[in-house]
Amino acid sequence: MRKILVTLLFLLFGTSAFADCNIKSGSINILANDFPALRTFVETSKQCKGSADFKVTHSSEHNKIAVPALTANPSEFSARIAANSSIVPLMNQDLIRPLDDLVKKYGKGIQDSQLITIDGKVMAVAFMANTQHLYYREDVLKDLGIAIPKTYEEVVAASEKIRASGKMQYPYAAAYKAGWNLAEEFVNMFIGHGGEFFKSGSAEPNINNAKGVATLNMLKKLSELSNPDYLTHDSEAIKVEWESGNVALMTLWASRSGTLLDDEGDPNITKATKLTGPATVGGGNIPAATLWWDGFTLAKNRPDADAEATFRALAHAASNKKMVADAADQAVWLVEGFVPGPKSIGVIEAVKMGAKPYPMLPQMGLMHGALGSEIVEFLQGKESAEQALKDVEAAYISKAKEQGFL
Amino acid sequence: MPNKTFFWFFLPTGLAMILFIGLPIISTGIQSFYAQHDQVVKEVKKCDPFGCTVSIVVDNEETSKIREAKPLGKFNGFGTYTDRNHLAVDEIKKFWNETESFGAFVDQVTNLPFYKALIFTLTYCLFVTPNVLLLGFIIALSLNAVARKIRGPLIFGTILPMIVTPLVGSLVLFWMIDSQGIIGANIQNLMNDPYLSLKSSKTLTWITIIIYGIWHHSPFAFVVFYAALQTVPQEPIEAAIIDGATRFQRIKHIVLPHIYPVVTFVALISLMDNFRVFEPIIGFSAEGSAQSLSWLIYDNLVNEEVILFGSAAATSMMTIIGIAILLAPVLIRTWKEFKTAR
Repeated sequence: MRKILVTLLFLLFGTSAFADCNIKSGSINILANDFPALRTFVETSKQCKGSADFKVTHSSEHNKIAVPALTANPSEFSARIAANSSIVPLMNQDLIRPLDDLVKKYGKGIQDSQLITIDGKVMAVAFMANTQHLYYREDVLKDLGIAIPKTYEEVVAASEKIRASGKMQYPYAAAYKAGWNLAEEFVNMFIGHGGEFFKSGSAEPNINNAKGVATLNMLKKLSELSNPDYLTHDSEAIKVEWESGNVALMTLWASRSGTLLDDEGDPNITKATKLTGPATVGGGNIPAATLWWDGFTLAKNRPDADAEATFRALAHAASNKKMVADAADQAVWLVEGFVPGPKSIGVIEAVKMGAKPYPMLPQMGLMHGALGSEIVEFLQGKESAEQALKDVEAAYISKAKEQGFL
Repeated sequence: MPNKTFFWFFLPTGLAMILFIGLPIISTGIQSFYAQHDQVVKEVKKCDPFGCTVSIVVDNEETSKIREAKPLGKFNGFGTYTDRNHLAVDEIKKFWNETESFGAFVDQVTNLPFYKALIFTLTYCLFVTPNVLLLGFIIALSLNAVARKIRGPLIFGTILPMIVTPLVGSLVLFWMIDSQGIIGANIQNLMNDPYLSLKSSKTLTWITIIIYGIWHHSPFAFVVFYAALQTVPQEPIEAAIIDGATRFQRIKHIVLPHIYPVVTFVALISLMDNFRVFEPIIGFSAEGSAQSLSWLIYDNLVNEEVILFGSAAATSMMTIIGIAILLAPVLIRTWKEFKTAR
């Protein structure tokens, strides 16, 4: 009897907690990347779907479907969970709607710092931050008397020492898979060297210079300390390398720390896995890393009723103190009430060190694409750094001309 | 078959072909002559959790006005075809004038994305097609010679590579050649080189993909050849045996001429398939070392956040032209034979 009473009370309390959602109509369909924090976020928003129709697509191929799916009218998805880079194509094609009215009406718990405003209009609501930073094996570094590296030069020296000791053949790992991942590593390193991708105020490329060469040389040094298959390794592959104990130093996304430090795998490796901020490079003082936010955007080509329902459900998650408390180790939440845990060290250090956000420029995607394919031959030793950078610029210019940026 | 019957017989297929193949090709062709309008950008203030900056965005109001007036984009003629990422006409002229030796010129040209992809595609075709024909023929001959009882299971086993989805097949091999996989690790031991990686070396990646291609396509050639072998008349073969012809002579002078039309057919289909090589590049994550024409199209359409329709359309058209050129000799020959046969 008492149990039933407690359950009833809990149910009552539960429903009253979600009472402000109370969505009566509309349909919600969300497109999102696939990692634990985003699943938690979407699940939380589902709790307050009310009588609205609720669908979600989690896919690591989200970038490929986003633009076509949102271009259709009515669009397939009512919301897209985007990041600094993936919001740009949506903005370029005018596929997402301003959220000002909805924020005013339903966005009570959302903090001002979560709002992504462009030209004074709220275009997205961020809920988590991400970056790539260093992971290290405490036991290995301690055994060899190596201090925790703070710069990439120290990472190289430490890796060489580990290799010389015979403990590991390929002590360093980073996602160098040809294409998007490799280009992202270049972006990080280039920003660490203080580089600017475009001549100020224009879409003219600006990477074929001393900073670009230094960036490539550092990437090459690191690649020589990595598993020879590095050009085929994405974040998931290097995570596996780490968990098999083949790697002692690694640059990886903060959002992956949760799965790296969970109970699966060798407990000794998990115990010795430690996180630290991103490294600097070339004597620079800002880290060779980019800051990312993940946030939600609403499709333009969708009835207002759907947008309203979707916003209310997602805003419920984006201001949910219980979610950020329960899932504190899954991400660095930007939501009010988040208490950073040991797994958030990377992002917090990066922000403290003054890391720059990934450039949110309309033509950046083209540059990223050109980098991903044109610097491979340099890393393979088939081309000089200058030639590789010249190729990147030439490939970018052709694409930018076709797209009307130049 | 009377022409009229043939017409009605072919009509549904013909209509479907025009609708699903002909029209899309025409539309792709038109698309390839257009580029995006000049982007109208404006400077705005952008704020995110990490602070505010002044930077540029696309001015959507202005852009939508231009788009409504000309939805196809800006007419670019052969501009996309001749730019650096395709035929690179200007660059090649420049290289020709600037480089001192022919070798240096070739080096420069093969560094351009389109030619890089073309060379891989052609190399793949050149190695895979003849080997597929040869291997398929040898398997067909051998299977034709074994006892009938075990032929069924053997045939099934032989066509397995064709049944396995290309992506799955290539992934299985991809994991086996990993430096910690069964093949990769053994090769490292054999060569006594711990840094040897089948995936990081360009040549070895090419060889892997070509071997995979032969493995995957041979069953098709085998099935067709095996069927054709069943139609070879026994009398001339028996006569040849009595005349003392060796096995090789019998195959060369009786079997091959008999199944010759089928060989042409398999060669045609094989060439066409191989020229469109794509799945193994994805399966082997070989984008870094090997790019094919089909991969370039894929790259333009999905790999970047900005979709390059013009580029993809131009590469598609050139792929079609490429296949037509490759098939021309075989087609001309078939046409001539068809005429003399009448």
